[in-house]
Amino acid sequence: MEQSEVVHIEHHQNKNEVRNVTIVLSVLTIIELVLGFMMMKMEHGGTGRMATKITILVLMLAKAYYIVGYFMHLKHELRNLIMTIVVPLALFVWFITAFLYDGNSFRNLRNNYDPHFKEQSTIKATPKEHKSEEGHGEEKKHTME
Amino acid sequence: MSTATTATTKWWNGGKSPFNVEYGKLMMWYFLMSDAFTFGAFLISYGTIRFSTNGWPDPNEVFQSFPGLGSGHPLMFVSLMTFILIISSVTMVQAVKAGHEMKKNKVVINLIWTIIGGAAFLGCQAWEWNHLHAEGAWWGHNPFLNADGTQSSTNFTNYFFTITGFHGFHVFSGLVINIVMLIMTLNNTFEKRGHYLMIEKAGLYWHFVDLVWVFVFTCFYLI
Repeated sequence: MEQSEVVHIEHHQNKNEVRNVTIVLSVLTIIELVLGFMMMKMEHGGTGRMATKITILVLMLAKAYYIVGYFMHLKHELRNLIMTIVVPLALFVWFITAFLYDGNSFRNLRNNYDPHFKEQSTIKATPKEHKSEEGHGEEKKHTME
Repeated sequence: MSTATTATTKWWNGGKSPFNVEYGKLMMWYFLMSDAFTFGAFLISYGTIRFSTNGWPDPNEVFQSFPGLGSGHPLMFVSLMTFILIISSVTMVQAVKAGHEMKKNKVVINLIWTIIGGAAFLGCQAWEWNHLHAEGAWWGHNPFLNADGTQSSTNFTNYFFTITGFHGFHVFSGLVINIVMLIMTLNNTFEKRGHYLMIEKAGLYWHFVDLVWVFVFTCFYLI
């Protein structure tokens, strides 16, 4: 059973590929950070903020593509191997859609039918100084410091 | 699909591996895929809870300290951590490459850089955890308010510590694996074996750790 030697395939690997991918990843990260800084000035819950977040998520996926494709070398593997890895991960599309939709729906339901929940999310709280009030074992925790 | 042919090679006709990688590497890929589902489950759960809550703390108010500079520097420290991990990933690529070329010294140097990067990342994370703990944040304790000034739940800190902790644990295991690889390289184990394929598998794991950080960093610190 030792006949199946791994066949060496020449993949015209660009000599500068690693350097180029490093630059791409760094640039994408810097863009993400710039967007992050821009987002600080935007109001919460606004469309601008939402659009920025979506852009950041797209950049995140681009970074993931470059890491998996080039650093982990998946792009240069056989199509068979690529498919056996990537196709199961497509389940994530459904997981993310379904769960986030569910979470969002749960919030709407509670806001509509649970007055206490709704009320809790409108009362402004006073900032506490380095301590949380809900007691459970608080004293013990803080002696550790 | 199953009749995929690359040029003239019929990969599914038997007698050869249809994936054209050795067993260990294929299994590492499958392990990483399952690990991706674990992390995915964590992050999706975090997203679901966040979507089902009216308010959420602003990460720029929570994570705004830098060692030696005090607070008021949002995103700075985590950028440093991100770049440390990216660079350590690059040095790992170089180590794998040097392994292909059978250049032992180059493998050793790049592995050492990778280990330094991983240790630096873990150090940063330890500092951040310690700092947050000193501010009163821990599992079950959340001193931060929502962005709109309302009382927040402990979901925020629970998810933060669980997921960054799980990722940090992966970094730690990757670090141990890389140290083992370094020792094996120094002992000429791979030289005697005639190939450095083991480094490749360790490299896959290390890149995966970097990959997960891309997601954790985005989900917790940026958005």
